[in-house]
Amino acid sequence: MTADVVATRRAAPRSGARRLLSRHWYAWAMTAPVVIVMLVLVGYPLVRGVYLSLTDATEGNMGRTIGMNVIPSTYEFVGLKNYADILTSSEFLGRLAWTVVWTVVCVALHVGIGLGLAMLLNRPMRLRSLYRILLVLPWAVPAFVSAFIWRYLLNGEFGVVNAMLRAAGFAGIAWLDDPFWAKVSVIACNVWLGVPFMMLALLGGLQAIPRELHEAAEVDGATPWQRFRHITLPGLRPVSNTVVLLGTIWTFNQFPVIFLLTKGGPGGATEILVTYAYRQAFEGIRNYSGSAAWGMVILALLVVMATVYRRALRQQGEAW
Amino acid sequence: MSRAAPAGAWSRDRRSPGKSIALHLTLIAASIVSVFPVAWLVLTSLKPRTVIETASVAPIDHPTLANYTQVLGETRFLTWAANSVVVSLITAVLGVLLSATTGYAVSRFRFPGFRTVMWMLLITQMFPVAILIVPIYNLMAGLGLINQFPSLVIAYLTSTVPFCAWMMKGYFDTVPVTIDEAGRVDGLSPFGTFWRLILPLAKPGLAVAAFYSFITAWAEVAYATAFMTGDDKYTLAVGLSQFVGQHKAEWGLLTASSVLIAIPAAVVFLLVQRHLVTGLTAGATKA
Repeated sequence: MTADVVATRRAAPRSGARRLLSRHWYAWAMTAPVVIVMLVLVGYPLVRGVYLSLTDATEGNMGRTIGMNVIPSTYEFVGLKNYADILTSSEFLGRLAWTVVWTVVCVALHVGIGLGLAMLLNRPMRLRSLYRILLVLPWAVPAFVSAFIWRYLLNGEFGVVNAMLRAAGFAGIAWLDDPFWAKVSVIACNVWLGVPFMMLALLGGLQAIPRELHEAAEVDGATPWQRFRHITLPGLRPVSNTVVLLGTIWTFNQFPVIFLLTKGGPGGATEILVTYAYRQAFEGIRNYSGSAAWGMVILALLVVMATVYRRALRQQGEAW
Repeated sequence: MSRAAPAGAWSRDRRSPGKSIALHLTLIAASIVSVFPVAWLVLTSLKPRTVIETASVAPIDHPTLANYTQVLGETRFLTWAANSVVVSLITAVLGVLLSATTGYAVSRFRFPGFRTVMWMLLITQMFPVAILIVPIYNLMAGLGLINQFPSLVIAYLTSTVPFCAWMMKGYFDTVPVTIDEAGRVDGLSPFGTFWRLILPLAKPGLAVAAFYSFITAWAEVAYATAFMTGDDKYTLAVGLSQFVGQHKAEWGLLTASSVLIAIPAAVVFLLVQRHLVTGLTAGATKA
């Protein structure tokens, strides 16, 4: 049976609609596993999440099974109430503003430092592979371990950072307990663990730029800055476009660093949208519907961001 | 400034000693920043509790392995480690199996629905935990899977599958299309080309995608914290938080277990790293 189908397809004319159809058949079959998994594991929960966000579901009225007793759900449809509550709350703008600052500062530092280090590493020198290994180390450590390491380093009483400050004659800083310094701390920790990825990705991009381009530019008398501006940066674009987008998304959604380092504290100073929505759902009285609505608002923000980004890429003629 | 320098050494020959020193000093400073937290972690894990709580800046002070024996003997560290390995391994294998063909299809074919699939892969990767965690939690609760490993694997697949597909697309993009064309000329079907020619070349890419899935699952905090309620089912990320709760902080236990997690993770990571780079460059040219 299968052999017949294959034989028929082989026998089909090598041009025209039929060949197109058979090619698409393969492509569709190959994408099917991911599409199905995504529909079941992401699509269905997503639809349910949208529905929950339009109800007043909390821990109290959610259906559950205790032993043999099945308690039915008693939550009700409330329309857009949750969204109205979020968009009119002072919490929303504050969280959004800090999330944007957090994302922009972290990604700028990731890319800036990563590019700098990649360019230093992209030249022949002694000990290059040693430097490379040492600089990649923060990435090799799992993020949750890094968050715990930093929590210890920055601990007000026992932390080595404060111990060093005191040894040098300064007063210790309440790194994780002061709203401003807590923000500095989470950014520092996230930059520390995010730079290696950018460095390696950009280093790969740099190595893909043909050396002849640099040599030709040099023969033509281009200054180092001109070479950087007109050869390195354009040559990096395929890599940098992707990693900047990924980096932005990852940082925007960065959960472990903030959750484990400060728990969003002190007093919510470091709480980004994602950690806030999580705590709504799983701490105190579990507000499932409110958290689901926060999730949808976050998703809307990300979709807007990705669309704007893709527009920008398309203007450079690089969209798919 | 000798123009006659061989092409392979174009840069080193022309660097002045001053520049060389500046280059190495910068890299040494960056390396110190990069290594210090990990080094200090290792050193701290070897100190007894009393020394840790005096905030001494001495690198070595009354070295002892007491923290390690306590972590391994008196806590459930080993159970948590086993849980993490099981969950991460299943996630990685499933993630790669499900996404490999899709990565190839979106790398090579332009078909109706292509843009939709690309969008889906991109958007689902952007999903923060906050979007799916509540509905998935409720669904899992309905299925009685809370505090069971399958619930975590399912939650992790929502992010690793699109990510793997995306990564493998990038990897397949680096394999020259001429190889596919040669296969097609020799009469292989598109699937045959993928299976017999491209997949063997893409083994490093598969390994790397699997590895990423593994560490994503391994280091995940939010789902694991919400879903795993019994301390025999904790993964490492959840278990470690127990050492530094709100009321007491066992820094000795925390640092020792962090070292036990970080050292193997770092070693494996650095090995895979090399595999990744040589695989990426060698794979295409050998063919």
